[in-house]
Amino acid sequence: MSHVLAAGTDTDAIARESIFWILAVGSVGAALAMILVRRAVHCAIMLAVVMLSLATFYAMQGAPFLAFVQIIVYTGAVLMLFLFVLMLIGISSEDSIVETIKGQRMAAGLAAIGFFVILILGIGHAALGPATPPSVASGNSNLTGLATLIFTRYVFPFEATGALLITAALGAMVLAHRERTSPKPTQRELAARRLASGHMAPDPAPGVYALHDAADMPALLPDGSSSDASVSTALSQRAGADAPQFVRPEERIAITAEGDELVPDDVSSVTPSGRADS
Amino acid sequence: MSPVHYVALSAILFVIGGVGVLVRRNAIVVFMCIELMLNACNLAFVAFANMHGNLDGQVIAFFVMVVAAAEVVVGLAILMAIYRARRSASVDDANLLKW
Repeated sequence: MSHVLAAGTDTDAIARESIFWILAVGSVGAALAMILVRRAVHCAIMLAVVMLSLATFYAMQGAPFLAFVQIIVYTGAVLMLFLFVLMLIGISSEDSIVETIKGQRMAAGLAAIGFFVILILGIGHAALGPATPPSVASGNSNLTGLATLIFTRYVFPFEATGALLITAALGAMVLAHRERTSPKPTQRELAARRLASGHMAPDPAPGVYALHDAADMPALLPDGSSSDASVSTALSQRAGADAPQFVRPEERIAITAEGDELVPDDVSSVTPSGRADS
Repeated sequence: MSPVHYVALSAILFVIGGVGVLVRRNAIVVFMCIELMLNACNLAFVAFANMHGNLDGQVIAFFVMVVAAAEVVVGLAILMAIYRARRSASVDDANLLKW
């Protein structure tokens, strides 16, 4: 990519210019959207847009190695780590809109504007020359040049980053570790617990209760309420009062045909024999 | 494109990331904004390397990426520990040291 974009002809210059402006506007818009949207997952997607745009900028500036590291390490690894943690602590975690500190947003906006003006003034006053023609910094020599620099002049910082990565991995292990407060149940205890619970077989597969309501597989209890075994507690917690209620087919027919007198009769006739079977 | 454009773009992205750190209260989003600021710095480093025609800026950007990866690992582990203890990822709720 950098070979094509770094060539000096007119059409390439126009292409680079247009790519820069499209991606610059896109990345600034994505960054703004990142601090404006409320869902954390949408923030992660916007951050991915910014990071991919930055990778293209690196490729356009004669840094193909950094462009690929940006995509592989940042967009691939770091952002996926963010998404994993988002899944762990709740995908629907939203920011509250209430300002806990009065006038915090106004103050933050003013500080940002002031800081931005100072930065732009500094950039304007600095003697920033044009880009040097791509000789060392692009193409195949980019990789070899970077390798030479890392393993000669920057070899000590390189070793230090190795130590830093090991320390970070150890720190993450220590922080994520959880002490067991009760002894781990043995196989014998697990077997005894299963025997005592009365359910020797494992739970039925998903979808079974959607199609069946039988005495050996009671989706509804004898009084008509849905059984705890048939509707997952996660579902009822998520939906609250709107948790999916199982309505047996005969019940629907009975209601439309002749009222609800058939249903208790039906249940009482089915249930005792079912219990006796199981 | 001259390096000035890239440096100005990196300044804009850095300021937006800073506003996000100041304003947002979900700790994960705060982390993402810190990542945005680090990326903006990387863009400036690469632009300066391009301007001077040597590779030192790219090496520094590479080291920034390594440090950012380590920082994310430890930061997210801390966040998980806080969430496990307090059932919340909001930075307002971790206020035990506040006087």
